[in-house]
Amino acid sequence: MKFTTSAFVAACALASGADAFATPQKNAFVPRTSTALNMAFELPPLPYDKNALEPYISAETLDFHHGKHHQTYVTKLNGLVPGTEFEDKSLEEIIKTSTGGVFNNAAQVWNHTFYWHCLAPNGGGQPTGAVADAIEANFGSFDEFKAKFTEAAVNNFGSGWTWLVKKSDGSLDIVNTSNAETPISSDDATPLLTMDVWEHAYYIDYRNVRPDYAKAFWKLVNWDFVARNMY
Amino acid sequence: SAWSSLNMKAETGTTSRRNFGAAIAAGAAALVGAPDNAKAYDLPDLPYAFEALEPYIDTPTMKIHHDKHHATYVANINKATEGKDEVPILALQADAIEAGKPVRNNAGGHYNHAFFWQEMAPADEAAKMKPSAQLAELIDKSFGSMDEMKSQFEAAAAPGAVFGSGWVWVCVNQAGDELKIVGTPNQDNPLMKGVADEIMFPILGLDVWEHAYYLKYQNRRPEYVSNWWNVVNWDKISENCAYVVENHAGVSV
Repeated sequence: MKFTTSAFVAACALASGADAFATPQKNAFVPRTSTALNMAFELPPLPYDKNALEPYISAETLDFHHGKHHQTYVTKLNGLVPGTEFEDKSLEEIIKTSTGGVFNNAAQVWNHTFYWHCLAPNGGGQPTGAVADAIEANFGSFDEFKAKFTEAAVNNFGSGWTWLVKKSDGSLDIVNTSNAETPISSDDATPLLTMDVWEHAYYIDYRNVRPDYAKAFWKLVNWDFVARNMY
Repeated sequence: SAWSSLNMKAETGTTSRRNFGAAIAAGAAALVGAPDNAKAYDLPDLPYAFEALEPYIDTPTMKIHHDKHHATYVANINKATEGKDEVPILALQADAIEAGKPVRNNAGGHYNHAFFWQEMAPADEAAKMKPSAQLAELIDKSFGSMDEMKSQFEAAAAPGAVFGSGWVWVCVNQAGDELKIVGTPNQDNPLMKGVADEIMFPILGLDVWEHAYYLKYQNRRPEYVSNWWNVVNWDKISENCAYVVENHAGVSV
C-alpha cells in the first residue's frame, strides 16, 4: 500500500473519528489497509522533493536519511513481524506492545514519518492561532519556547529525538527521548513536533555542530502540521 | 598540586613521545607558576597524522572526530571537575555513573577517545603486527579463534546490537582469565560500575557513534566495522592485555 496524500488526509480524518481503516488510530501515519491481507509496511514517500528543504537540509541528507535509514527500519520491521504476535497489528499497536528490535524498528518507522511532516519547504516563521496561544500560555513567548526546545535538543546526549507534546491535561511540554523512544508509547502525551537529533540527521550538512542544525530546523518547521496534531 | 600533576602525567605510561614531552612541559609550567585554573585534562595528540588511517577511516573524520568531538569532551570534563582534586581520567571511570551525567558523559567520552586513538595504526604498519602469545591464547580460549572473535565482535557492533550511539569492547574479566565482548551505550565503558555484571578492563574498543563513520560510510556501519580491523594496532592491544591481566586495572591513557 502506498502512502498517498489522500491516505494521509484520511489518516488525519481518523483523528476526528472517521472509520476509514480496520483499527482507527490517532496519528496513524503508516496505516494498514486491511489486516486480512497481511500486507507489509511500506516506506511512505517524502511529502516534498528531495531538494525542497535546501539550503537547510540537503538533498544528499534526505537521500540517505529517507532512502537508507528510514527505508532500513521499514525493511527490518517487515522481516521481524511475520509469524509473530505483531503480525496483525497496526504500527502504533506494535510500538505500544513491543520491546527490543521490533520496538526499535517500528518506533523509528513512525518517528521518521512524523518528522518528515514536521518540515516543509515554505515552513519556518512563527505559528499563529491555537498553536501560538498554547505556546505562549505554556512557555511565556515563542522565543522562550524556541530557546528551551533548542537547549533540550542540543543537550540530548547520544541519539534521540526532541519533542513538543501535548499532555492529557492540555498543557504543552518539551521532552527528550533516546534512540527510538517515542511519546506515543504513553497514553498521556500527543506529539506535536519533533526534531531528529541522531547524528545521521545532520552530519552531512552540519558535522558536529548540532546548534547550526537546530537553526536550520526552525527555518523549516511546518506549523500547519503542528496545528493539525493539536486535535 | 603542580608537582603531583607532573608526577601523575609522567606515570601515565603513554606511548606517545609528544604527549610525554607535553606533559613535562606542562608540569614545568605548573612549577613556575601556571594560572590557578590550569586544566586537569588535555586533548592528547593523535599518534599519527590525520590521513594515516586512510582509506579505512577517512581524513576529514579523523580531523573532526579528534579536533571537535574529543576536544569537546575534554573541555566539558574540565568544566565538570573544576575546583576538584586532579585525578587521572582513568580514576573517574569506576564511579562515573554515580557521579552524574556531566561526569559520566564527558569523563567517559574523554577516556574512550584517548583509548581509541592509541589502539590504531596506519594499515601498512598494522599489517605487520599480530597478537602476542598471551593475547592469542586468551582469544583462542575465550572465542575459539581470532576469526570467531572478529565475527562475534562484528555482530555485537551491528546497528541492531548497539542501537543508537555507543561502543563495542573486548575486555579482560575481573579474574584476568577470559576475554568478553560487551557493547555500551553513549560514552559508557566497562570500567564503570553498573554497566555490566562486573567491572571489566577494555583492551580493544570501537566507536560506533555515527560521527565515527558517517562521512565515509553513511548508514553502512557493518562495512566500517569490518574495515576497521585493517588499522588495529595489535602491538598496543597486546600491551593492553598484558597490563590489565597483571594489574586487574584499566589501561591508562
